[in-house]
Amino acid sequence: MTAYSMRSLTTRRSALFGGLCLCCLPTLGRAAGLFTMDEVGTGIFMRRGLDAEATPENDDAIANIGFVVGDTSVLVTETGGSLSDGLWLRSEIRKRTDKPISHVVLTHVHPDHCFGAEAFVQDKPVFIGHHALRSALDSRGDFYRTRLVDILGADRAGSVVYPTMDVAETAEVDLGGRALRFTAHGTAHTNCDLSMIDARTGILFPADLLFVTRIPSLDGSLLGWLKEVETLKGTGASKAVPGHGPTLVDAAPAFADLTRYLTTLRDETRKAIAADQPIDRAIDSIGQAEREKWVLFDTYNGRNVTQAYKELEWE
Amino acid sequence: MTTFTPIGMSATKRSFTAALCLSAAVLAGWPAFAAGASDTDAERLERWQEISKSIFGDRKLEPTDALIKVDAPPRALDAALVPITLTMPEKDRIAAIHLIIDDNPSPYAAHITFGPAADPSEVKLRVRINNYTNVHAVAETKDGKLYEAVKFVKASGGCSAPMGMSDEEALKGAGDMKMKFAEGGAGKPMEATLMIRHPNFSGMQMNQVTRDYTPARYINKLDVSANGKLVFSMNGDISIASNPVINFGLAPDSKGPIKVVAMDNQQGHWEHSFNTPSPSN
Repeated sequence: MTAYSMRSLTTRRSALFGGLCLCCLPTLGRAAGLFTMDEVGTGIFMRRGLDAEATPENDDAIANIGFVVGDTSVLVTETGGSLSDGLWLRSEIRKRTDKPISHVVLTHVHPDHCFGAEAFVQDKPVFIGHHALRSALDSRGDFYRTRLVDILGADRAGSVVYPTMDVAETAEVDLGGRALRFTAHGTAHTNCDLSMIDARTGILFPADLLFVTRIPSLDGSLLGWLKEVETLKGTGASKAVPGHGPTLVDAAPAFADLTRYLTTLRDETRKAIAADQPIDRAIDSIGQAEREKWVLFDTYNGRNVTQAYKELEWE
Repeated sequence: MTTFTPIGMSATKRSFTAALCLSAAVLAGWPAFAAGASDTDAERLERWQEISKSIFGDRKLEPTDALIKVDAPPRALDAALVPITLTMPEKDRIAAIHLIIDDNPSPYAAHITFGPAADPSEVKLRVRINNYTNVHAVAETKDGKLYEAVKFVKASGGCSAPMGMSDEEALKGAGDMKMKFAEGGAGKPMEATLMIRHPNFSGMQMNQVTRDYTPARYINKLDVSANGKLVFSMNGDISIASNPVINFGLAPDSKGPIKVVAMDNQQGHWEHSFNTPSPSN
């Protein structure tokens, strides 16, 4: 062990931080109002998240978030990646309607989706989540908050907010002439994925069960996800609001792209395991044909392979 | 003076004095994230000196880039499963290897002693990494000398990452094993992969049902022999990832059956025997 190599590591570390900042330059426009709400269906407003990682400059505003307006009240889905992101969304809601915020959907445990929830506590809404969300927040919430505080600071990060309405299988809420139907899914993207359909427009909100543009991230079960995609396709919805990517997409081609990636991951991982390729080499080789098709591929693909390998090696 | 948090400090002392065991008491104050990412090189060096002294006493460690190499991703993709490859090019000189993850709550991850039926040229393991840390590999040669190599890895939360299932589910099938063989060709060592089902609870993972920390339960002893001759013996700790997988080499003349005896720190004891593939030509 030499002092020299340690010094060079430090240099590389600080260089990386510099690199990170350069990466987020295009995302600095929050204050300049670059974030907009798209009205993707009558009374449905969505903000496209950045295809980036959380940085001090972007408030972790990386997920698609928005709200649905009924005759009597408003439902928020989803809350954003930080208290700042949630407060921004709340101000966007108040620019458009004075109706009370009656419901807030927490689609799953990941921080870019649920750390804006604190911004809505003042509205005393019903917080809707998958029945497994509470325990997932229990085991990971503090960890996520610590990481977010590291990036954004304690005042902007937001705190863990628990669901007050657990969806065991399905549920329905009414915003006044506007019914929203929820489905709690089996382990897929995570172990607590909740999807929603707006009865008035037929638009499906699969949350992170559907990634578009940004590479899917696997944190539940690969085989489970492929199964839940079939469930979602079975709803017959033609339009969907994905958890990441454009705020509204044609469901069929978007699900086809997702399925292609997940299937590639499954088949190539099975092949690597059968050929006794160890996990470290599998990480470097699997899914490479997908590289040009997704943003942030290099950041997540190796992790996805790790998850897939771990899941499939005991088959 | 070091930057150890009180918790890190007590974990360190305990794990050194009580060998590899991390007690639940140490974890009472968890989570308390050490400032691993911002430690200075001097702090890292001081930490390593303290750890190596507790493991190796006053024995001298020489830096090497020939006797042992440690390979790991510079940034862990999954902190709860970081693949590590240890390469020992001068395999005939190697008696044992040690793997130490400096900034893990219980740093001494594995100690592997090779027997006559081993080919110690390469070992692959999967570990948990809890922080930005140096990963040290130490080779012990047959003449009793120690050589160290290091690799810096960026990771966070690997030891506390929950399994995503109940403890009962995670323990289902504990002790089941699989072994795969890949022949290296005539006169070459045979590569073997041993897979063991075991959650290897770190003691830092929260049970999703009881909302309490699951007590540490991990494989602490693993003996592999070929036809009665030792391949390797490993002492493991909570830094080994769940469902442990280890890749190792068998000396060219080792023949089956390969016997594996695994034990965990809660009196778990499992034995399995595997036949080596018969030579293909």
